[in-house]
Amino acid sequence: MPASPDVRCSQVSVAIGLTLLVAASSGAASAQTPGAAGATSPPAATRADAAPPIVIARDFMFGPGTITIKAGATVTWKNTDDEPHTVVSDTGLFRSGALDTNESFTFRFDKPGTYHYACSIHPRMVGTVVVE
Amino acid sequence: MPDKIPVVARRSALKCLGFGAAGTLFALAGGVLTPTSLLAAAADPKGTARLGKPLFVQISDTHIGFNKEANPDVTATLSRSIDLVNGLPQQPELIIHTGDITHLSKPAEFDLAQQLFSQLRATEMHTVPGEHDTTDATVTEYFNRFGKASGNRGYYSFDHAGVHFVALVNVLEFKPGGLGTLGAAQLAWVADDLKGRSASTPIVVFAHMPLWTIYEPWGWGTGDAPQLMEQLRRFGSVTVLNGHIHQIVQKVEGNVTFHTARSTAYPQPEAGVGTGPGPLKVAADQLPGMLGVTSVAVVKHARSLALADASLA
Repeated sequence: MPASPDVRCSQVSVAIGLTLLVAASSGAASAQTPGAAGATSPPAATRADAAPPIVIARDFMFGPGTITIKAGATVTWKNTDDEPHTVVSDTGLFRSGALDTNESFTFRFDKPGTYHYACSIHPRMVGTVVVE
Repeated sequence: MPDKIPVVARRSALKCLGFGAAGTLFALAGGVLTPTSLLAAAADPKGTARLGKPLFVQISDTHIGFNKEANPDVTATLSRSIDLVNGLPQQPELIIHTGDITHLSKPAEFDLAQQLFSQLRATEMHTVPGEHDTTDATVTEYFNRFGKASGNRGYYSFDHAGVHFVALVNVLEFKPGGLGTLGAAQLAWVADDLKGRSASTPIVVFAHMPLWTIYEPWGWGTGDAPQLMEQLRRFGSVTVLNGHIHQIVQKVEGNVTFHTARSTAYPQPEAGVGTGPGPLKVAADQLPGMLGVTSVAVVKHARSLALADASLA
């Protein structure tokens, strides 16, 4: 992978990072977003991948339960409950530590696919990341 | 003796199921659990003495590191629990911690917990991990401090005062969307551990998550616990102790008595009340009555155990 911007969890920088990563990825032509190169804001089209890739853990649920992103994008999970949660991949690909209230975890998905995860403290809390 | 416990005391004790503002004392004989009010027992020390020498105290869900509104000072409430135990007229020989020692599996939380536990007069402590103690993938922090008894496997057994104790782990092999899991390897180990033991040996099994399904939507149970219960069925006296749900719930099934303990840190809602099993915020003056510890005594002249819950009120 080429050197990528240091993607943090603020919504603005995640959106920019996603756009730049798509533009910088030579193999991602088939999933190209029109007019993405150099853009500083997401395209007007309200496609799922235009939304900031942020998942909120609230009231013992991950929301949205399924998030769709482009390959190379970073997803941020933030816990807003009083109770800690974790984000643990079914396959072991990614695993957060315990996220206390208002703590976040990020992971960048480089390969297309469907990724399931759960909270290891509350295993009924499950979610899916679809990477196109 | 169970048949001498007043009916009125049983009634008042039954009120304490779920959240109890007062402690509850349980005498177990032949698999039949007879509850009486701890306050009544305290008013009648001779009656309490008849229940036998205190065998161990169960501490659970200390959640060191928690600092939210439901209890901003879990260190203080654990200290009060320790004072309560240290103040028992007869010291228990063992302390059993049924998990969630820490809130976030952090080294500093484990260190503080160990420092507090060192103030217990009873020096022998046995633990099992809760899911809050194992959020690091390798369980390094828990095993570094509490892994010796099990060779960093988590489950182990020991004998004390003629009672066989089995410590089990049901928080490591979690399945998304499911309950706690013991797993095939641990179940096979239990079968081997129990093989050849006399059916008259009193058995105490302890694990963090309930070994019976209390409320599946919140994961309050263990998916493969029925296979464990099958192995325990032949024993005449089995006591199953769990934590996890931060409140007292119990049932008797054949010769098996199931009991979940209160937390020393914060209460949780009753099953299905609210959005999930998070910290329950209550008025400060109500909190001590919803936290506490469980003590267990061996009943003299009988192969049975007696349980007693004490709140911090």
